[in-house]
Amino acid sequence: MSWSWVSVNGSLIWQLTRQTAYLGVVPALIGLAISVPLGVTAARWRWFSPPALAAVNVIYAIPSLALFIALIPALGLSDTNVIVALTLFSLCIMVPNVIAGLRSVAEPVRQAATAMGYGQLRQLVGVELPLATPVIIGGLRVAVVSSISLASVGQLIGVSSLGYLFIDGLQRSFPTEIYVGLVLIIVLALACDLVLVGARRALTPWAAR
Amino acid sequence: MSFFTFAWDWVTQAANWHGPGSIPHQVLAHLGYSGLSLLVAALIAIPLGIAIGHTGRGAVFVVNLANAWRAIPTLGLLILLAVLLGFSFVTWLVPLVVLAIPPILVNTYEGVAGVDRGVKDAALGAGMTGWQQVTRVEVPIAMPLILVGLRTAAIFMVATATIAAYIGLGGLGRYIVDGLASDQYGPVAGGALLVIILAVAVLALFAGLSRLIIPAGLRRQGRSE
Repeated sequence: MSWSWVSVNGSLIWQLTRQTAYLGVVPALIGLAISVPLGVTAARWRWFSPPALAAVNVIYAIPSLALFIALIPALGLSDTNVIVALTLFSLCIMVPNVIAGLRSVAEPVRQAATAMGYGQLRQLVGVELPLATPVIIGGLRVAVVSSISLASVGQLIGVSSLGYLFIDGLQRSFPTEIYVGLVLIIVLALACDLVLVGARRALTPWAAR
Repeated sequence: MSFFTFAWDWVTQAANWHGPGSIPHQVLAHLGYSGLSLLVAALIAIPLGIAIGHTGRGAVFVVNLANAWRAIPTLGLLILLAVLLGFSFVTWLVPLVVLAIPPILVNTYEGVAGVDRGVKDAALGAGMTGWQQVTRVEVPIAMPLILVGLRTAAIFMVATATIAAYIGLGGLGRYIVDGLASDQYGPVAGGALLVIILAVAVLALFAGLSRLIIPAGLRRQGRSE
């Protein structure tokens, strides 16, 4: 471990860390924005959920590197390429969670909402989605952690992230760079995970701690 | 041209189907690396998962592992070992096995630990020994989840073996890594398409396997994850 390398390259490391956070967090957030309406649709119209879940299983089986490559003709060797691919994976993680979360709402709760005069939309926004929040955030946690770690694979098609430290460290046979990349990716992923655990506690104050 | 045209043009070239480094050769090599890692990981993770699920000891460790393993960047782990120890049998097999263990361990644990209390009591009441309870009741009931764990790990191995080409492993990743290094999109696209086909084939294999292995009474449950 060469600490002098770390201090000399502080600004490079900081820039790569920010880039990795961007490539990891954005897909998970877009995934959240798309998976909630998709999951609501699948939970409402039951016929929609088996094909949706089957599609999700197949897409999730695609290796990340292969998906990045498949998107090159359309999106080039760009951040967009990696973001679109990781958004697809995030959807695969989150859609089943949104469906499971909505289905976990107990029938008496729905009936109580109906009895209180809640219409369908108000029931969804005011009762079902809040109760499904812990399960949805559970999916978001997996999506964000996976995206941060998978973003480093994008380096193989030239999309810059902390993965740069792996490739450069291999070419120069310089373990320090690889340690720094590994530690920062894991720390970044766990930090995002902690933020989401905090968000879940803040959003669902009624849940058992 | 789209990805599929590039990939198809390359895959259907007769020259790519003969000799060393040909498509059949690399498909077999890829299956070999993934299969060997999966086998070793399963031999470690399934007994361990059953033991932890049955006794409840070490459950906290497994639950935390479930969240943490996705954070490990596979590319970084592979490269680190290659730089520290040089490329060898050990430097690709050890990281692949390490990465395949968590999904198998976590799912096996959850399957065994999740067996209904009443069912366990019934097994005990019927006079089964601890060993019989595990092998005749808990493991069969946990089988759908054990298979989910194996499936997740198998698909993950196909993907990770591809990335391991970057540190010198053979298999389909060779086409991708060598193609990227020489700026030829043909083999890159072709290799990627073959890897996707292989991963989806593994998925289909496990769908078939679960029909064969999961007891009929559990099958409806087995489909939900």
